[in-house]
Amino acid sequence: MEYETIVGLEVHAELNTKTKIYCNCKNAFGLEVNTQICPICTGMPGTLPTLNEKVVEYAVKMGHATNCSINNVCKQDRKNYFYPDLPKAYQISQADIPLCENGYVEIMMNGEEKRIGITRIHIEEDAGKMLHNDAFQGSLVDFNRCGVPLIEIVSEPDMRSSAEAKAYLDTLKSILQYIDISDCKMQEGSIRCDVNVSVRPKGSTEFGKRVEMKNVNSFSGAMRAIDYEANRQIEALERGEEIYQETRRWDDQKGMNILLRSKEDAQDYRYFPEPDLTTIYMPLERVEELKNSLPELPNAKIKRYVKELGLSQVDAELIAENLPRCRLFDECIKLGGCTAKNVSNWVLADVSKYMNETGKDIADSNLTAEKLVKIITLIESGKISNNSGKIIFEEIIQNNADIDKVIEEKGLVQISDDSAIEKLVNEVMAANQKSVDDYRGGKTNALGFLVGQCMKASKGQANPAKCKELVLKYLNG
Amino acid sequence: MELYEYSAHELSKMLSEKKCSSEELTKSVLDRAAATDEKVGAYLTVCAEEALKKAREVDEKRAKETLHPLAGIPIGIKDNISTKGLLTTCASKMLYNYVPPFDAFVMKKVNAADMVVTGKLNMDEFAMGSSTENSYFKKTHNPHNLDCVPGGSSGGSAAAVAAGSAVISLGSDTGGSIRMPASYCGVVGLKPTYGSVSRYGLVAFASSLDQIGPFGRNVTDTAMLYGVICGHDNMDATSADREYPDFTALLNSDVKGLKIGIPEEYYGDGVDNSVKETVMNAVKELEKQGAQIVNISLPSTGYALNAYYIISSAEASSNLARFDGVKYGYRTENYDSLIDMYEKTRSEGFGDEVKRRIMLGTFVLSSGFFDAYYKKAKLVAIEIVKEFNAAFEKCDVIATPATPATAFKLGENIGDPTKMYAADICTVTVNIAGLPAISVPCGRVNNMPVGLQFIGRKFSEQTLLNAALAVENNYGEAKPVNV
Repeated sequence: MEYETIVGLEVHAELNTKTKIYCNCKNAFGLEVNTQICPICTGMPGTLPTLNEKVVEYAVKMGHATNCSINNVCKQDRKNYFYPDLPKAYQISQADIPLCENGYVEIMMNGEEKRIGITRIHIEEDAGKMLHNDAFQGSLVDFNRCGVPLIEIVSEPDMRSSAEAKAYLDTLKSILQYIDISDCKMQEGSIRCDVNVSVRPKGSTEFGKRVEMKNVNSFSGAMRAIDYEANRQIEALERGEEIYQETRRWDDQKGMNILLRSKEDAQDYRYFPEPDLTTIYMPLERVEELKNSLPELPNAKIKRYVKELGLSQVDAELIAENLPRCRLFDECIKLGGCTAKNVSNWVLADVSKYMNETGKDIADSNLTAEKLVKIITLIESGKISNNSGKIIFEEIIQNNADIDKVIEEKGLVQISDDSAIEKLVNEVMAANQKSVDDYRGGKTNALGFLVGQCMKASKGQANPAKCKELVLKYLNG
Repeated sequence: MELYEYSAHELSKMLSEKKCSSEELTKSVLDRAAATDEKVGAYLTVCAEEALKKAREVDEKRAKETLHPLAGIPIGIKDNISTKGLLTTCASKMLYNYVPPFDAFVMKKVNAADMVVTGKLNMDEFAMGSSTENSYFKKTHNPHNLDCVPGGSSGGSAAAVAAGSAVISLGSDTGGSIRMPASYCGVVGLKPTYGSVSRYGLVAFASSLDQIGPFGRNVTDTAMLYGVICGHDNMDATSADREYPDFTALLNSDVKGLKIGIPEEYYGDGVDNSVKETVMNAVKELEKQGAQIVNISLPSTGYALNAYYIISSAEASSNLARFDGVKYGYRTENYDSLIDMYEKTRSEGFGDEVKRRIMLGTFVLSSGFFDAYYKKAKLVAIEIVKEFNAAFEKCDVIATPATPATAFKLGENIGDPTKMYAADICTVTVNIAGLPAISVPCGRVNNMPVGLQFIGRKFSEQTLLNAALAVENNYGEAKPVNV
């Protein structure tokens, strides 16, 4: 029988507010254990939370960016459970009235748009982190993460494959980055997700029993977890077994999951309204203001790149999916003077290579849109070669060099003058008579070698197109 | 006359006129505590050295500058209010060794006014109880009759003021925990409007009901202390952002034209006849002085006790979940897993009443029961608020007995929780509605004090203090009881 996989995701994103959600501690990752804490975020007796209003604003922005309706009057609730990394033994979250609900995002699958429903987005606080140290008998807790603001984005069960889930996650990530509310660093745990998977015979309209998977720590891990779980369920059904609603723990190293708890053991979180906090209220004017403050979002950008700038869908997506890249690209296009295609090539090749190799943001480098546009314009006008452009690019990155100075000092001005190149070609042909004969004897691949020799003789300064043209003229002449 | 016998407002004058020093006064109060507390048991922690040091500092400071009217006056603090560097146990084994790293908002105010903290006062464990018998450490006795309870949960705060081992004190009131012990011990106790005193640093019992308030042997002392602790605090999201008058300066016992509401539901079968009579006599005295009596009805009162125990226990079950043995306080000695550690720590660390309420609260919040209990209780709360609002269309204050009877004997109600809970019947509606109320002594029944409770509109503390002052003028200020 053929089966269909159904996927729903619960994504937790840490917000990049300056301070935590209910106290004034710094919201920062990677600092020394238990230094970013106070009596409030460690839940000392008698302390009280006060809401960081920025958290509400950030979440409302995400709601707008995912086409949600905003509950501008809502409340916060306590989710009660015991764990050593949760010092109050309850997490302040939102239960029946989330800040945002009933939205959607559009993902691209094989060149086609698909809509994935967003059930709800709510705000909540993060818990601390358990640490295990061999030198210490037992467990340790780092409370730095306690009270770091989170939004939980719950999707509808609208995805039908791991690839769709990945596309959805990538889309959410780029939206979060575009509206600048989360650092989206998977390795720092600033985005995490729980995965819900069920399968059903193809054509069926009823959902199968849903299995929730915890401990999914990367987008690629999510894909592996979904594929594994869908297969596990299909194999079980094929064997005539029943699927149970349960929670399983994904082990990415082993590439498999294990049962964590069955439905009967599901925790009762005893949600009730948080009495220490008052109702959240955001005036409708502010809700609108935040909507209007949103930047152009990834999907709109991709459409514009393809329609107005003539980029390929693939290139448009590649640029749009990475915010620093796309900022640089947009600035270059705004400055003008060179073709979008060439800007795209540079951004996706040299600039991306630099970012990948150094792990640095282009905004923190010496390269500016002005400089990049100047390089491309010089190439397009034939003043310098593509290779020289790369040399200049390196010089800018390494030494913050002045473009004109580099051209002058390194003699990078391209020779496009016919008579000068012709002289050069004649000399090179004379010195490589054997290859000239080979070509004329039908070994046409000798052409590349001869053009290369000319370029070499010109120390890379000859216009390659011109060179090729004149070599051909010589050979066929 | 010994210094401890004077009231705070008298001492304020004596100190500013240099008729005595804070050191002498503090020593007198500490001596009184040493002489009486073996019998009364009001204190859990006495900090004699720190108090005398502070008193000397205040005396020195007074030589150079004008101080707050309550500067140099000793005060006792209920043991669920966080005091930086000073044990705060909530009278529980669970926090037997807990020393807070910060001061509660009210302690900052008390310290800023240069008052002298003499120690921490006994209470029912985590403020759950009506007799102070639920303290893990000791029982407190009623100074008027050592065989009787002082009421609860702020029994230590009331008993200390009654016995003269504190001039004034702070307590907390979640369902009557200030007014009931004030009534039993024959002192004045004010439960302020919810939101007028910051809860920051008060170890939470039921967050939506808890409020810190003052005790004094008279209305003026109570007003002075309330003036110190009220005010906006941006660390408490439920704190009201408003200005407060100088309550003491505005005290006025003229009751001409004051409309006093008498709700029939508070004078029903559950209330002792002689208590009813005593309270009504006090009200009639005010009528003679120009007040007007208005009969009113608060029909949902009968549901209030149930709603109160559901809401307060629900919140408590969550608030007390943090006492898990992980970070501070008591942890069981032998355990073989995390769950085992939790279970043993909480089984051994909490007393029976606390466990009873945690179980009750956990139950009413459980999936499948939430709507039938918690949600219903919240609907009752809405009705109660509506009825009070309607009543205050007709009257300025509502007068009721503060307790259905005078102080009962130690051990009398211990085996019967519902009987114990019934003692809160006159006070819980006030917390549910977030209103202010005051208990003021208005005579005796069987030689034990009776308290008259005035309930007012939100932020009408001045009206309540004025009405209470009128009663006090008819019956006299309380003096330290011979123990």
